Amino acid sequence: MHELSVTQSLLEIALRHGQAAGAQRVTDLYLVIGEWSSIVDDSVQFYWDIVAEGTPAEGAQLHFERIPARAACGDCGHEYSPTEASLLCPGCGSSRIRLLTGDQFQLESIAIEPVTQPGTRMESE
Amino acid sequence: MTERVAVGEAILGANERLAAANRQALDQAGVFSLNLMASPGAGKTSLIERTLQALNRSLRLGVIDGDIATSLDADRAAAAGAAAVQINTGGECHLDAVMIQTALERLDLGSLDLLIVENVGNLVCPASFALGTHKNVLIASVPEGADKPHKYPGMYRGIEALVLNKTDLLPYVDFDQAFFQQGVQALNPGVVTFALSCRTGEGLSAWLGWIEAEVRQFQRTHPRPAPPRR
Repeated sequence: MHELSVTQSLLEIALRHGQAAGAQRVTDLYLVIGEWSSIVDDSVQFYWDIVAEGTPAEGAQLHFERIPARAACGDCGHEYSPTEASLLCPGCGSSRIRLLTGDQFQLESIAIEPVTQPGTRMESE
Repeated sequence: MTERVAVGEAILGANERLAAANRQALDQAGVFSLNLMASPGAGKTSLIERTLQALNRSLRLGVIDGDIATSLDADRAAAAGAAAVQINTGGECHLDAVMIQTALERLDLGSLDLLIVENVGNLVCPASFALGTHKNVLIASVPEGADKPHKYPGMYRGIEALVLNKTDLLPYVDFDQAFFQQGVQALNPGVVTFALSCRTGEGLSAWLGWIEAEVRQFQRTHPRPAPPRR
C-alpha cells in the first residue's frame, strides 16, 4: 500500500503541468497503468480526494486506463497474455518471452480550465 | 470549456531522480551497494548477518535497515562488524529514495566498501521504488513455494541477483524447482542465482564470492577519493 505517496506525486505533476499551461483549474487526469504495476485504482481515488483538497485540482476526475500485460514469445513469435498460473508461452512452452505492454505507470494528460483572458471574460456563472 | 494538456510523465519520476542522486553519492564515495528485497520470513536478516560475519575482515561494511520489525538492530549489526542505520518506516510498505538519502547522511561513506540495504519485507511495493543502489537482490525461499515468480513478476523482473534460501528444506516441502526456474527465466533470463541455506551454510560461499567480486570490480571503475592529508 503506497498509494498515498503515489497520489502526492500525481498531484505535484498535475499541478506543475496545469500551471505551465495557464490553468485556473485542473478538471481531469488521464492515467495509463499497466496490469503489472501494482496500483489499486480505488485507493488512489480515495487519497486523491484528500490530497487535492484546497488545490486547483480539487474535485478533478481521475480516469484510469488499464493496459493488460501482453508478451511475445522469443521462440515461436506467439503473442499472448501471461497469467499468474504461467508466464510461459502457451504455444510452445518457451520461457524466452518479452513483455510488450503492462508495466506503464504514467500521467498521460490532464484537462484544464484556462484562466479567462481579461477583456474576453465570460460571465457564465 | 476545458482543454487537454499532454503530460506523458512517469508518476514515480521524482523518486527516480532522487535515486539517481543517491547513486551518484555512492559512486563518488566508492561504496558498492545492494538492495535486499524479500517477502517477510524469507531470511533477509539471517543472510545479512551471515554475510557481515563472513566479510567483516575483508571489507568495511554498512547496513541500512528498513525493516522495523526485525531484530537486527544497530547493536547486532555492529556486533557483526558493520556500521548500521535504522530507518523508521512508520509502517510504510517499502523504502524509497528519500529515506535512503536521509540514511546516507548518517553514514560515513568514506569509511565503507559495501553498503547493504535491507528493504521492507514485501514482494510488491519495493519493486516500484528505485533507491539508487547498484544491484537489486531478491531473496526467495523454498517454503514460499515455486509459484512466486509467476505471481510477482514485477519483483522478479527488476533484480540483478536472486538468492534461493532454505534449500535445506527441499526434502520436506513440495517445491517444484523446474517451475520456479521457468518463471525466473521468463522474467529475467540469465539472472545470477544462488541456492543456499543460511542455517547449514551450504551454498553461502558462492554468494559471498559474488559480492566480493562485485565490490572489487566496482572499486576498479570507481576509485575512492584520496583520504584527506593529516
